[in-house]
Amino acid sequence: MLALLKEKETISVILGISFGIIARIMMLRTDYRQYPTYPHGKVIHVSLGVIAAGLGAVAVPALLHKNYTAITFLTVAAQQFRDVRNMERQTLSQVDEMELVSRGKTYIEGIAMVFEGRNYLVIFCAFLASLFSSLFQWYWGIAAGLISLLIAKKLQSGRNLGQIADIQIAPIKLDGPDLYVGDIYIMNVGLTDDQRIIQEQAMGFLIIPKNKNVKVTIANLGQRQAILHNLTTILGVYRDEGEPTLLPMAKLDLKTGNLAVFMLPREKDEQIALQVAKSVPVLENAVRLPSESAATKK
Amino acid sequence: MAKIAAIVVTDKQSVGGGAPIFIAKDQAEQEKLAFSLEKILDVAAHDLKNGMIILVDHSAES
Repeated sequence: MLALLKEKETISVILGISFGIIARIMMLRTDYRQYPTYPHGKVIHVSLGVIAAGLGAVAVPALLHKNYTAITFLTVAAQQFRDVRNMERQTLSQVDEMELVSRGKTYIEGIAMVFEGRNYLVIFCAFLASLFSSLFQWYWGIAAGLISLLIAKKLQSGRNLGQIADIQIAPIKLDGPDLYVGDIYIMNVGLTDDQRIIQEQAMGFLIIPKNKNVKVTIANLGQRQAILHNLTTILGVYRDEGEPTLLPMAKLDLKTGNLAVFMLPREKDEQIALQVAKSVPVLENAVRLPSESAATKK
Repeated sequence: MAKIAAIVVTDKQSVGGGAPIFIAKDQAEQEKLAFSLEKILDVAAHDLKNGMIILVDHSAES
């Protein structure tokens, strides 16, 4: 048994698997979104992470033994993790139907994609740690593992709304039944009762894009829904089923491309709300770069 | 496209057509009727600013 542990291959596989699992756990954050859910959602993803780590770690000894066919089962792994993406998409879509303010399809696709992507990062970490400890000494494996963890951490975080746009509080105005945030028309509120609630509870934001790329991003309906969902998750929402008028909304100012957000938070604290709005993730699927087009570069 | 689920008016002469029409005696009753209908039908009330309140089902598909 001890002799087996001293073999170079065993050490490299163990190192690979360990770094893979560490990477998965490190990237598995359950924050205010409570997703993946605790405890079972987490159990599922840690288990899948162990499988991914195993695949990455074992691939190296297989390669070194010139066992090239063994590498083909990495394709099975890819299939497996695409299924993870499908599973997440389905679960989130089902859950989304029961939310007061939905996440929206773009956000769900984004989350599902992240789950798939992170499993590949786990394979990458395990592979590197295993490779370096196979080729050199075991401590090089640890060094490579640590560096790959740093890379994985770097790839984990995307940008947030505060980095790409200026966000400010805007006044809510009611002109008869017409509701405005700043100068931007939001909707027509017919009942005086609803108007009173909006007058008391509502809060408005103006999101001003920093450049033309951002204009496209915040015009994306999925990105707007994600903003509303995140705000309501953290601040709560003054709304119930059967109250179709009390609906948080985001509308564009067509002239300037600014986005007005109409919110009905439970906690009406402007500073916290501003902070929350700034921390809304920018959805990968909503990003476009018209500035990179050859036509506009001339 | 959203659908008009009901119309609440005070002036009987000002409307006609396909949606259910509710006629109120005065503005206060119109407001009350619209409120009840909004809750019962789960649709949004919109004021057309000509004495008419329409109840619109925004969840209706095409």
